[in-house]
Amino acid sequence: MEAPQLAIRLRGVHKRFGEITAVDGLDLDVPEGTCVGLLGPNGAGKSTTMKMLTALAMADAGEIEVLGFKVPEDSKQARALCGVVPQLDNLDVELTARQNLAVFARLYRVPAAERRAAVDGALEIANLVERADTRVDKLSGGMRRRLLIARGLVHRPRLLLLDEPTVGLDPQVRQELWALIDALRTEGTTILMSTHYIEEAERLADTVSIMANGRVVARGRPAELVREHAGVETLEVYGPPARLVEVREEAEAAGYRVRQTGTAVAILGAEAGNGRLPEGVRRAASLEDVFVLLTGEEVE
Amino acid sequence: MTTTTAGRLRRRLHRLEPAAITGVMSRDVTNFMTYWKATTFSSVLDPTIYLVAFGLGLGTIVAAVEGMEYVVFVGTGMVGTAILFSSAFGAMYGVFIKHRFQRTYDAILAAPVDTEELVTAEVAWLGLRAGVYGCAPLLVTMIFGLDPSWGMLLVPFIGAITAFGFAGFGVFAAAAVSKIDHFNYIQSALLTPLFLVSGTFFPIDELPQAAQIASNFNPLYHCVELVRHAVFGLESIDLFHISVLLVFAFGMWRLAIWRLEKRLIE
Repeated sequence: MEAPQLAIRLRGVHKRFGEITAVDGLDLDVPEGTCVGLLGPNGAGKSTTMKMLTALAMADAGEIEVLGFKVPEDSKQARALCGVVPQLDNLDVELTARQNLAVFARLYRVPAAERRAAVDGALEIANLVERADTRVDKLSGGMRRRLLIARGLVHRPRLLLLDEPTVGLDPQVRQELWALIDALRTEGTTILMSTHYIEEAERLADTVSIMANGRVVARGRPAELVREHAGVETLEVYGPPARLVEVREEAEAAGYRVRQTGTAVAILGAEAGNGRLPEGVRRAASLEDVFVLLTGEEVE
Repeated sequence: MTTTTAGRLRRRLHRLEPAAITGVMSRDVTNFMTYWKATTFSSVLDPTIYLVAFGLGLGTIVAAVEGMEYVVFVGTGMVGTAILFSSAFGAMYGVFIKHRFQRTYDAILAAPVDTEELVTAEVAWLGLRAGVYGCAPLLVTMIFGLDPSWGMLLVPFIGAITAFGFAGFGVFAAAAVSKIDHFNYIQSALLTPLFLVSGTFFPIDELPQAAQIASNFNPLYHCVELVRHAVFGLESIDLFHISVLLVFAFGMWRLAIWRLEKRLIE
Protein backbone atom coordinates (compact mmCIF):
# COMPACT_ATOMS: atom_id res chain seq x y z
CA MET A 1 0.00 0.00 0.00
CA GLU A 2 1.24 3.46 -0.85
CA ALA A 3 2.12 5.70 2.08
CA PRO A 4 -0.46 8.47 2.56
CA GLN A 5 0.47 11.96 1.38
CA LEU A 6 1.34 14.27 4.24
CA ALA A 7 -0.50 17.59 4.43
CA ILE A 8 1.83 18.72 7.20
CA ARG A 9 5.30 17.43 7.98
CA LEU A 10 7.42 18.84 10.80
CA ARG A 11 10.86 17.51 11.66
CA GLY A 12 12.99 18.64 14.58
CA VAL A 13 11.38 22.05 14.81
CA HIS A 14 12.73 24.41 17.46
CA LYS A 15 11.50 27.83 18.47
CA ARG A 16 12.81 30.00 21.26
CA PHE A 17 11.53 33.32 22.55
CA GLY A 18 14.47 34.74 24.44
CA GLU A 19 15.06 32.44 27.39
CA ILE A 20 11.92 30.40 26.82
CA THR A 21 11.92 27.38 24.55
CA ALA A 22 8.40 27.20 23.16
CA VAL A 23 8.92 24.35 20.71
CA ASP A 24 11.70 21.89 21.37
CA GLY A 25 12.40 19.38 18.63
CA LEU A 26 8.87 18.87 17.38
CA ASP A 27 8.02 16.11 14.88
CA LEU A 28 4.49 16.09 13.57
CA ASP A 29 2.72 14.41 10.65
CA VAL A 30 -0.76 15.19 9.41
CA PRO A 31 -1.76 12.74 6.66
CA GLU A 32 -4.14 14.07 4.02
CA GLY A 33 -7.78 13.39 4.71
CA THR A 34 -7.40 12.98 8.45
CA CYS A 35 -8.15 15.12 11.47
CA VAL A 36 -5.22 15.39 13.84
CA GLY A 37 -5.71 16.82 17.30
CA LEU A 38 -2.80 18.64 18.87
CA LEU A 39 -3.57 18.22 22.53
CA GLY A 40 -1.62 19.84 25.29
CA PRO A 41 -1.88 22.08 28.33
CA ASN A 42 -1.49 25.84 28.01
CA GLY A 43 2.13 26.68 27.29
CA ALA A 44 2.89 23.33 25.64
CA GLY A 45 3.76 25.11 22.37
CA LYS A 46 0.55 24.51 20.41
CA SER A 47 -0.09 28.12 19.44
CA THR A 48 3.52 28.68 18.44
CA THR A 49 3.32 25.56 16.28
CA MET A 50 0.16 26.84 14.59
CA LYS A 51 1.85 30.20 13.95
CA MET A 52 4.89 28.56 12.41
CA LEU A 53 2.68 26.68 9.95
CA THR A 54 1.53 29.98 8.42
CA ALA A 55 4.92 31.68 8.82
CA LEU A 56 3.64 34.12 11.43
CA ALA A 57 6.45 32.74 13.55
CA MET A 58 9.80 31.59 12.18
CA ALA A 59 11.35 28.36 13.41
CA ASP A 60 14.93 28.62 14.68
CA ALA A 61 15.73 25.12 13.41
CA GLY A 62 14.05 22.16 11.76
CA GLU A 63 11.97 21.51 8.64
CA ILE A 64 8.38 22.50 8.04
CA GLU A 65 6.38 21.42 5.01
CA VAL A 66 2.75 22.34 4.41
CA LEU A 67 0.96 20.72 1.46
CA GLY A 68 4.34 19.93 -0.01
CA PHE A 69 5.60 23.52 0.20
CA LYS A 70 8.59 24.46 2.31
CA VAL A 71 7.79 26.94 5.05
CA PRO A 72 8.70 29.77 5.39
CA GLU A 73 10.27 29.92 1.87
CA ASP A 74 7.11 28.95 -0.03
CA SER A 75 4.64 29.74 2.70
CA LYS A 76 2.61 32.03 0.49
CA GLN A 77 1.84 29.15 -1.87
CA ALA A 78 0.87 26.97 1.06
CA ARG A 79 -1.30 29.66 2.63
CA ALA A 80 -3.31 30.00 -0.56
CA LEU A 81 -4.45 26.40 -0.06
CA CYS A 82 -4.93 26.54 3.72
CA GLY A 83 -7.78 27.83 5.81
CA VAL A 84 -6.98 29.24 9.22
CA VAL A 85 -9.43 29.65 12.07
CA PRO A 86 -7.76 31.66 14.82
CA GLN A 87 -8.33 31.29 18.50
CA LEU A 88 -9.35 34.93 18.89
CA ASP A 89 -12.28 36.30 16.94
CA ASN A 90 -10.87 38.82 14.46
CA LEU A 91 -13.88 39.37 12.24
CA ASP A 92 -14.66 42.89 11.05
CA VAL A 93 -17.51 43.68 13.41
CA GLU A 94 -18.95 46.61 11.47
CA LEU A 95 -19.34 44.51 8.35
CA THR A 96 -22.02 41.95 7.63
CA ALA A 97 -21.35 38.23 7.56
CA ARG A 98 -21.42 38.32 3.76
CA GLN A 99 -19.02 41.25 3.54
CA ASN A 100 -16.54 39.53 5.85
CA LEU A 101 -16.59 36.46 3.63
CA ALA A 102 -16.38 38.48 0.42
CA VAL A 103 -13.22 40.26 1.57
CA PHE A 104 -11.53 36.96 2.38
CA ALA A 105 -12.70 35.32 -0.82
CA ARG A 106 -10.70 38.04 -2.55
CA LEU A 107 -7.71 37.72 -0.27
CA TYR A 108 -7.66 33.99 -0.96
CA ARG A 109 -7.74 34.70 -4.70
CA VAL A 110 -11.12 33.18 -5.52
CA PRO A 111 -11.67 34.37 -9.13
CA ALA A 112 -14.17 37.25 -9.36
CA ALA A 113 -16.75 35.19 -11.22
CA GLU A 114 -16.76 32.50 -8.53
CA ARG A 115 -16.75 34.75 -5.48
CA ARG A 116 -20.47 35.05 -5.02
CA ALA A 117 -20.92 31.28 -5.11
CA ALA A 118 -17.97 30.80 -2.76
CA VAL A 119 -19.50 33.18 -0.23
CA ASP A 120 -22.91 31.54 -0.52
CA GLY A 121 -21.32 28.15 -0.05
CA ALA A 122 -19.47 29.25 3.07
CA LEU A 123 -22.65 30.79 4.51
CA GLU A 124 -24.40 27.50 3.94
CA ILE A 125 -21.69 25.44 5.63
CA ALA A 126 -21.89 27.69 8.66
CA ASN A 127 -25.69 27.69 8.60
CA LEU A 128 -25.75 31.48 8.36
CA VAL A 129 -27.69 31.98 5.14
CA GLU A 130 -30.47 33.81 6.95
CA ARG A 131 -28.03 36.06 8.79
CA ALA A 132 -25.91 36.83 5.73
CA ASP A 133 -26.71 40.54 5.82
CA THR A 134 -26.52 40.98 9.57
CA ARG A 135 -23.63 42.97 10.96
CA VAL A 136 -21.18 40.83 12.90
CA ASP A 137 -21.65 42.77 16.13
CA LYS A 138 -25.33 41.81 16.02
CA LEU A 139 -24.59 38.07 15.78
CA SER A 140 -24.53 35.74 18.79
CA GLY A 141 -21.25 34.28 20.04
CA GLY A 142 -21.96 30.94 18.41
CA MET A 143 -22.82 32.51 15.07
CA ARG A 144 -19.64 34.57 15.14
CA ARG A 145 -17.60 31.48 15.79
CA ARG A 146 -19.31 29.67 12.90
CA LEU A 147 -18.65 32.66 10.68
CA LEU A 148 -14.99 32.56 11.69
CA ILE A 149 -14.85 28.94 10.54
CA ALA A 150 -16.73 29.78 7.35
CA ARG A 151 -14.18 32.51 6.62
CA GLY A 152 -11.46 29.89 6.79
CA LEU A 153 -13.38 27.74 4.30
CA VAL A 154 -14.48 30.32 1.75
CA HIS A 155 -11.81 29.30 -0.77
CA ARG A 156 -12.37 25.56 -0.22
CA PRO A 157 -8.93 24.90 1.27
CA ARG A 158 -7.24 21.52 1.21
CA LEU A 159 -6.10 21.94 4.80
CA LEU A 160 -7.86 23.60 7.70
CA LEU A 161 -5.94 24.82 10.75
CA LEU A 162 -8.16 25.20 13.78
CA ASP A 163 -6.58 26.89 16.78
CA GLU A 164 -8.56 26.10 19.94
CA PRO A 165 -11.86 26.23 18.05
CA THR A 166 -14.18 26.19 21.07
CA VAL A 167 -12.16 27.86 23.79
CA GLY A 168 -14.30 29.88 26.16
CA LEU A 169 -17.65 28.94 24.61
CA ASP A 170 -20.90 27.69 26.17
CA PRO A 171 -21.48 23.93 26.07
CA GLN A 172 -24.36 24.42 23.60
CA VAL A 173 -22.19 26.41 21.22
CA ARG A 174 -19.41 23.89 21.59
CA GLN A 175 -21.73 21.03 20.57
CA GLU A 176 -22.84 23.04 17.56
CA LEU A 177 -19.25 23.63 16.45
CA TRP A 178 -18.30 20.02 16.98
CA ALA A 179 -21.11 19.03 14.64
CA LEU A 180 -19.79 21.47 12.06
CA ILE A 181 -16.18 20.29 12.35
CA ASP A 182 -17.28 16.67 12.29
CA ALA A 183 -19.18 17.31 9.06
CA LEU A 184 -16.05 18.81 7.46
CA ARG A 185 -14.00 15.84 8.60
CA THR A 186 -16.51 13.43 7.15
CA GLU A 187 -16.29 15.25 3.82
CA GLY A 188 -12.57 14.58 3.82
CA THR A 189 -11.10 17.97 4.70
CA THR A 190 -7.68 17.59 6.29
CA ILE A 191 -7.73 19.24 9.69
CA LEU A 192 -5.11 20.08 12.26
CA MET A 193 -6.80 21.20 15.44
CA SER A 194 -5.05 22.43 18.54
CA THR A 195 -7.00 22.11 21.73
CA HIS A 196 -6.61 21.69 25.43
CA TYR A 197 -10.06 20.16 25.76
CA ILE A 198 -9.65 16.44 25.99
CA GLU A 199 -13.20 15.68 25.03
CA GLU A 200 -12.84 17.75 21.89
CA ALA A 201 -9.80 15.80 20.75
CA GLU A 202 -11.43 12.50 21.67
CA ARG A 203 -14.57 13.22 19.65
CA LEU A 204 -13.15 14.88 16.59
CA ALA A 205 -9.62 13.66 15.99
CA ASP A 206 -8.65 10.53 14.10
CA THR A 207 -5.27 10.68 15.76
CA VAL A 208 -4.07 12.74 18.67
CA SER A 209 -0.60 14.08 19.30
CA ILE A 210 -0.08 14.97 22.93
CA MET A 211 2.29 17.90 23.38
CA ALA A 212 4.20 18.83 26.51
CA ASN A 213 7.08 21.25 26.87
CA GLY A 214 7.34 21.89 23.16
CA ARG A 215 7.41 18.35 21.85
CA VAL A 216 5.08 15.47 21.10
CA VAL A 217 5.19 12.95 23.94
CA ALA A 218 2.65 10.48 22.55
CA ARG A 219 0.64 10.00 19.40
CA GLY A 220 -2.01 7.63 18.16
CA ARG A 221 -5.73 7.02 17.99
CA PRO A 222 -7.43 8.17 21.18
CA ALA A 223 -8.51 4.64 22.10
CA GLU A 224 -5.03 3.22 21.44
CA LEU A 225 -3.41 5.93 23.53
CA VAL A 226 -5.74 5.14 26.39
CA ARG A 227 -5.02 1.41 26.21
CA GLU A 228 -1.29 1.88 25.86
CA HIS A 229 -0.77 4.46 28.57
CA ALA A 230 -3.68 4.14 30.97
CA GLY A 231 -4.89 0.55 30.57
CA VAL A 232 -8.54 -0.46 30.60
CA GLU A 233 -9.90 0.55 33.93
CA THR A 234 -9.26 3.35 36.38
CA LEU A 235 -10.14 3.12 40.03
CA GLU A 236 -11.06 6.36 41.73
CA VAL A 237 -10.71 6.38 45.49
CA TYR A 238 -12.38 9.14 47.45
CA GLY A 239 -11.64 10.18 51.00
CA PRO A 240 -10.14 12.86 53.23
CA PRO A 241 -6.80 14.27 52.06
CA ALA A 242 -4.73 12.30 54.58
CA ARG A 243 -6.33 9.04 53.44
CA LEU A 244 -5.68 9.94 49.80
CA VAL A 245 -1.97 10.41 50.50
CA GLU A 246 -1.94 6.95 52.06
CA VAL A 247 -3.82 5.36 49.16
CA ARG A 248 -1.47 6.95 46.71
CA GLU A 249 1.66 5.73 48.49
CA GLU A 250 0.32 2.19 48.77
CA ALA A 251 -0.73 2.03 45.14
CA GLU A 252 2.60 3.42 43.94
CA ALA A 253 4.45 0.95 46.13
CA ALA A 254 2.43 -1.82 44.46
CA GLY A 255 3.65 -0.55 41.07
CA TYR A 256 0.51 1.26 39.88
CA ARG A 257 0.54 4.54 38.11
CA VAL A 258 -1.48 7.06 40.03
CA ARG A 259 -2.78 10.53 39.46
CA GLN A 260 -4.65 13.07 41.49
CA THR A 261 -8.07 14.06 40.11
CA GLY A 262 -8.78 16.94 42.42
CA THR A 263 -11.05 15.21 44.91
CA ALA A 264 -9.85 11.66 44.42
CA VAL A 265 -6.85 9.51 43.70
CA ALA A 266 -7.08 7.66 40.40
CA ILE A 267 -5.28 4.36 40.15
CA LEU A 268 -4.60 3.46 36.52
CA GLY A 269 -4.59 -0.03 35.12
CA ALA A 270 -6.89 -1.14 37.92
CA GLU A 271 -8.07 -4.14 35.89
CA ALA A 272 -4.90 -5.96 36.84
CA GLY A 273 -5.25 -5.90 40.59
CA ASN A 274 -8.48 -7.45 41.73
CA GLY A 275 -8.74 -7.66 45.49
CA ARG A 276 -5.51 -5.93 46.41
CA LEU A 277 -6.83 -2.43 45.73
CA PRO A 278 -8.85 -0.24 48.10
CA GLU A 279 -12.58 0.38 47.73
CA GLY A 280 -13.48 2.90 45.07
CA VAL A 281 -15.38 3.65 41.91
CA ARG A 282 -14.24 1.81 38.82
CA ARG A 283 -14.55 3.52 35.45
CA ALA A 284 -13.17 3.11 31.97
CA ALA A 285 -9.72 4.63 31.50
CA SER A 286 -9.92 7.93 29.62
CA LEU A 287 -7.80 10.15 27.43
CA GLU A 288 -7.71 12.56 30.34
CA ASP A 289 -5.81 9.93 32.35
CA VAL A 290 -3.26 9.72 29.56
CA PHE A 291 -3.09 13.48 29.22
CA VAL A 292 -2.38 14.13 32.88
CA LEU A 293 -0.01 11.20 33.09
CA LEU A 294 2.07 12.45 30.19
CA THR A 295 1.88 16.20 30.61
CA GLY A 296 2.13 16.33 34.39
CA GLU A 297 -0.24 17.16 37.21
CA GLU A 298 1.15 20.59 37.88
CA VAL A 299 -0.08 23.49 35.81
CA GLU A 300 2.62 25.99 34.97
CA MET B 1 -12.68 19.77 -0.93
CA THR B 2 -10.22 20.50 -3.70
CA THR B 3 -11.76 22.60 -6.45
CA THR B 4 -10.59 24.65 -9.38
CA THR B 5 -9.69 27.56 -7.08
CA ALA B 6 -7.00 25.58 -5.37
CA GLY B 7 -5.84 24.21 -8.69
CA ARG B 8 -5.46 27.59 -10.28
CA LEU B 9 -3.18 28.82 -7.56
CA ARG B 10 -0.52 26.34 -8.41
CA ARG B 11 1.05 29.17 -10.33
CA ARG B 12 4.02 30.77 -8.64
CA LEU B 13 3.13 33.70 -6.35
CA HIS B 14 5.43 36.71 -6.40
CA ARG B 15 6.23 39.74 -4.30
CA LEU B 16 3.86 42.70 -4.40
CA GLU B 17 1.07 40.92 -6.23
CA PRO B 18 -1.65 43.34 -7.34
CA ALA B 19 -4.35 40.82 -6.34
CA ALA B 20 -3.06 40.77 -2.76
CA ILE B 21 -2.83 44.56 -2.59
CA THR B 22 -6.29 45.18 -4.02
CA GLY B 23 -7.66 42.43 -1.76
CA VAL B 24 -6.42 44.22 1.36
CA MET B 25 -7.67 47.54 -0.05
CA SER B 26 -11.09 46.05 -0.70
CA ARG B 27 -11.32 45.37 3.03
CA ASP B 28 -10.48 49.01 3.73
CA VAL B 29 -13.03 50.23 1.20
CA THR B 30 -15.75 47.94 2.53
CA ASN B 31 -15.14 49.22 6.04
CA PHE B 32 -14.96 52.80 4.81
CA MET B 33 -18.48 52.49 3.43
CA THR B 34 -19.68 52.13 7.03
CA TYR B 35 -18.16 55.41 8.22
CA TRP B 36 -17.68 57.66 5.18
CA LYS B 37 -20.40 60.08 6.26
CA ALA B 38 -18.60 60.92 9.49
CA THR B 39 -15.29 61.36 7.65
CA THR B 40 -16.86 63.60 5.03
CA PHE B 41 -18.67 65.66 7.63
CA SER B 42 -15.51 66.55 9.55
CA SER B 43 -13.41 66.96 6.40
CA VAL B 44 -15.74 69.70 5.19
CA LEU B 45 -16.70 71.27 8.50
CA ASP B 46 -13.16 71.54 9.94
CA PRO B 47 -11.73 73.81 7.22
CA THR B 48 -14.96 75.81 7.15
CA ILE B 49 -14.66 76.59 10.85
CA TYR B 50 -10.97 77.43 10.49
CA LEU B 51 -11.59 79.71 7.55
CA VAL B 52 -14.50 81.49 9.20
CA ALA B 53 -12.38 82.01 12.32
CA PHE B 54 -9.31 83.16 10.37
CA GLY B 55 -11.32 85.22 7.94
CA LEU B 56 -13.27 87.05 10.64
CA GLY B 57 -10.42 87.12 13.16
CA LEU B 58 -6.92 87.25 11.72
CA GLY B 59 -8.12 88.34 8.30
CA THR B 60 -9.07 91.77 9.66
CA ILE B 61 -5.50 92.30 10.98
CA VAL B 62 -3.56 90.61 8.16
CA ALA B 63 -4.80 91.95 4.89
CA ALA B 64 -2.72 90.00 2.40
CA VAL B 65 0.11 87.46 2.40
CA GLU B 66 2.32 86.83 -0.63
CA GLY B 67 -0.11 88.88 -2.67
CA MET B 68 -3.19 86.88 -1.78
CA GLU B 69 -6.01 87.41 0.67
CA TYR B 70 -5.16 85.87 4.04
CA VAL B 71 -8.19 83.59 4.00
CA VAL B 72 -7.07 82.23 0.62
CA PHE B 73 -3.51 81.81 1.88
CA VAL B 74 -4.68 79.76 4.85
CA GLY B 75 -7.32 77.90 2.87
CA THR B 76 -4.86 76.62 0.29
CA GLY B 77 -2.35 75.85 3.03
CA MET B 78 -4.90 73.80 4.93
CA VAL B 79 -4.89 71.21 2.17
CA GLY B 80 -1.58 70.08 3.65
CA THR B 81 -3.00 69.97 7.17
CA ALA B 82 -5.94 67.86 6.03
CA ILE B 83 -3.62 65.45 4.24
CA LEU B 84 -1.23 65.16 7.17
CA PHE B 85 -3.89 64.41 9.74
CA SER B 86 -5.94 62.13 7.55
CA SER B 87 -2.97 59.98 6.55
CA ALA B 88 -0.66 60.01 9.58
CA PHE B 89 -3.38 59.62 12.20
CA GLY B 90 -5.36 57.24 10.02
CA ALA B 91 -2.33 55.00 9.76
CA MET B 92 -1.17 55.33 13.38
CA TYR B 93 -4.48 54.57 15.03
CA GLY B 94 -5.86 52.35 12.29
CA VAL B 95 -2.84 50.08 12.14
CA PHE B 96 -2.38 49.93 15.89
CA ILE B 97 -6.01 48.98 16.45
CA LYS B 98 -6.12 46.48 13.59
CA HIS B 99 -2.88 44.89 14.66
CA ARG B 100 -3.15 44.80 18.44
CA PHE B 101 -6.80 45.10 19.37
CA GLN B 102 -8.73 43.58 16.48
CA ARG B 103 -6.00 41.15 15.35
CA THR B 104 -7.09 41.79 11.77
CA TYR B 105 -3.55 41.45 10.45
CA ASP B 106 -3.22 37.92 11.77
CA ALA B 107 -6.16 36.96 9.60
CA ILE B 108 -4.86 38.82 6.55
CA LEU B 109 -1.37 37.34 6.83
CA ALA B 110 -2.82 33.84 7.13
CA ALA B 111 -4.05 34.40 3.55
CA PRO B 112 -1.53 34.56 0.70
CA VAL B 113 -0.54 38.12 1.60
CA ASP B 114 2.88 39.29 2.83
CA THR B 115 3.66 42.16 5.17
CA GLU B 116 5.06 44.04 2.18
CA GLU B 117 1.74 43.77 0.35
CA LEU B 118 -0.22 44.53 3.48
CA VAL B 119 1.69 47.75 4.17
CA THR B 120 1.58 48.77 0.51
CA ALA B 121 -2.18 48.33 0.45
CA GLU B 122 -2.77 50.23 3.68
CA VAL B 123 -0.52 53.10 2.58
CA ALA B 124 -2.05 53.21 -0.89
CA TRP B 125 -5.57 53.29 0.49
CA LEU B 126 -4.80 56.04 3.00
CA GLY B 127 -2.94 57.95 0.30
CA LEU B 128 -5.85 57.82 -2.11
CA ARG B 129 -8.34 58.71 0.58
CA ALA B 130 -6.25 61.66 1.78
CA GLY B 131 -5.70 62.77 -1.81
CA VAL B 132 -9.44 63.06 -2.30
CA TYR B 133 -10.33 64.50 1.10
CA GLY B 134 -7.38 66.87 0.96
CA CYS B 135 -9.32 68.77 -1.69
CA ALA B 136 -12.06 69.64 0.78
CA PRO B 137 -10.31 72.78 2.15
CA LEU B 138 -9.75 73.91 -1.41
CA LEU B 139 -13.44 73.58 -2.25
CA VAL B 140 -14.39 75.38 0.95
CA THR B 141 -11.92 78.18 0.17
CA MET B 142 -13.63 78.67 -3.17
CA ILE B 143 -16.74 79.65 -1.23
CA PHE B 144 -14.55 82.23 0.50
CA GLY B 145 -13.46 83.70 -2.82
CA LEU B 146 -10.74 81.49 -4.32
CA ASP B 147 -11.04 81.41 -8.11
CA PRO B 148 -10.95 78.01 -9.81
CA SER B 149 -7.91 77.16 -11.90
CA TRP B 150 -6.81 74.20 -14.03
CA GLY B 151 -3.81 73.62 -11.84
CA MET B 152 -6.14 72.63 -9.02
CA LEU B 153 -6.64 69.32 -10.76
CA LEU B 154 -3.09 68.44 -9.69
CA VAL B 155 -3.93 68.86 -6.02
CA PRO B 156 -5.33 65.34 -5.43
CA PHE B 157 -2.13 63.86 -6.90
CA ILE B 158 0.13 66.06 -4.78
CA GLY B 159 -2.02 65.14 -1.82
CA ALA B 160 -1.85 61.42 -2.51
CA ILE B 161 1.96 61.41 -2.84
CA THR B 162 2.37 63.38 0.39
CA ALA B 163 -0.15 61.12 2.11
CA PHE B 164 1.70 57.95 1.00
CA GLY B 165 4.68 59.26 2.93
CA PHE B 166 2.80 60.26 6.04
CA ALA B 167 0.75 57.07 6.01
CA GLY B 168 4.02 55.14 5.80
CA PHE B 169 5.26 57.14 8.73
CA GLY B 170 2.04 56.33 10.62
CA VAL B 171 2.42 52.59 9.95
CA PHE B 172 6.01 52.79 11.14
CA ALA B 173 4.94 54.62 14.30
CA ALA B 174 2.13 52.15 14.98
CA ALA B 175 4.55 49.25 14.70
CA ALA B 176 7.20 50.97 16.81
CA VAL B 177 5.22 52.08 19.87
CA SER B 178 4.38 49.66 22.65
CA LYS B 179 1.26 51.50 23.86
CA ILE B 180 -1.35 53.52 22.02
CA ASP B 181 -0.84 56.41 24.48
CA HIS B 182 2.68 56.90 23.13
CA PHE B 183 1.13 58.45 20.04
CA ASN B 184 0.82 61.59 22.20
CA TYR B 185 4.60 61.99 22.08
CA ILE B 186 4.63 61.71 18.31
CA GLN B 187 1.73 64.08 17.90
CA SER B 188 3.02 66.84 20.18
CA ALA B 189 6.74 66.58 19.58
CA LEU B 190 6.70 65.90 15.85
CA LEU B 191 3.45 66.32 13.97
CA THR B 192 2.19 69.54 15.55
CA PRO B 193 5.49 71.39 14.92
CA LEU B 194 5.58 69.98 11.38
CA PHE B 195 2.21 71.40 10.59
CA LEU B 196 2.73 74.76 12.30
CA VAL B 197 6.03 75.37 10.48
CA SER B 198 4.89 74.26 7.07
CA GLY B 199 3.84 77.60 5.66
CA THR B 200 0.16 76.95 6.27
CA PHE B 201 -0.58 79.84 8.60
CA PHE B 202 2.36 82.14 7.87
CA PRO B 203 5.04 82.15 5.16
CA ILE B 204 8.26 80.36 6.03
CA ASP B 205 10.41 83.24 4.71
CA GLU B 206 9.33 85.35 7.68
CA LEU B 207 11.22 82.91 9.93
CA PRO B 208 14.94 83.06 10.90
CA GLN B 209 17.20 81.51 8.30
CA ALA B 210 17.94 78.43 10.40
CA ALA B 211 14.23 77.66 10.56
CA GLN B 212 13.93 78.20 6.81
CA ILE B 213 16.67 75.68 6.15
CA ALA B 214 15.11 73.26 8.62
CA SER B 215 11.75 73.51 6.92
CA ASN B 216 13.29 71.91 3.83
CA PHE B 217 13.30 68.72 5.85
CA ASN B 218 9.59 69.08 6.51
CA PRO B 219 7.69 67.18 3.82
CA LEU B 220 4.56 69.09 4.64
CA TYR B 221 6.27 72.36 3.71
CA HIS B 222 6.97 70.97 0.23
CA CYS B 223 3.38 69.82 -0.04
CA VAL B 224 1.98 73.23 0.96
CA GLU B 225 4.28 75.01 -1.50
CA LEU B 226 3.31 72.65 -4.31
CA VAL B 227 -0.39 72.98 -3.64
CA ARG B 228 -0.24 76.80 -3.70
CA HIS B 229 1.83 76.73 -6.86
CA ALA B 230 -0.57 74.27 -8.47
CA VAL B 231 -3.42 76.66 -7.73
CA PHE B 232 -1.65 79.89 -8.70
CA GLY B 233 1.00 78.80 -11.18
CA LEU B 234 3.81 76.24 -11.11
CA GLU B 235 7.49 77.23 -10.88
CA SER B 236 10.71 75.37 -11.63
CA ILE B 237 11.42 74.89 -7.91
CA ASP B 238 8.39 72.62 -7.83
CA LEU B 239 10.49 69.86 -9.38
CA PHE B 240 12.55 70.00 -6.21
CA HIS B 241 9.43 69.92 -4.03
CA ILE B 242 7.95 66.92 -5.80
CA SER B 243 11.29 65.09 -5.68
CA VAL B 244 11.47 65.52 -1.92
CA LEU B 245 7.93 64.19 -1.55
CA LEU B 246 8.66 61.16 -3.75
CA VAL B 247 11.82 60.32 -1.78
CA PHE B 248 9.91 60.78 1.46
CA ALA B 249 7.10 58.51 0.29
CA PHE B 250 9.49 55.80 -0.89
CA GLY B 251 11.61 55.93 2.26
CA MET B 252 8.64 55.78 4.63
CA TRP B 253 7.08 52.94 2.65
CA ARG B 254 10.19 50.77 3.05
CA LEU B 255 10.65 51.79 6.68
CA ALA B 256 7.03 50.90 7.47
CA ILE B 257 7.39 47.45 5.88
CA TRP B 258 10.60 46.75 7.76
CA ARG B 259 9.21 47.80 11.15
CA LEU B 260 5.80 46.15 10.82
CA GLU B 261 7.37 42.90 9.68
CA LYS B 262 9.53 42.92 12.78
CA ARG B 263 6.42 43.43 14.86
CA LEU B 264 4.17 40.90 13.12
CA ILE B 265 6.48 37.98 12.46
CA GLU B 266 7.78 36.32 15.61
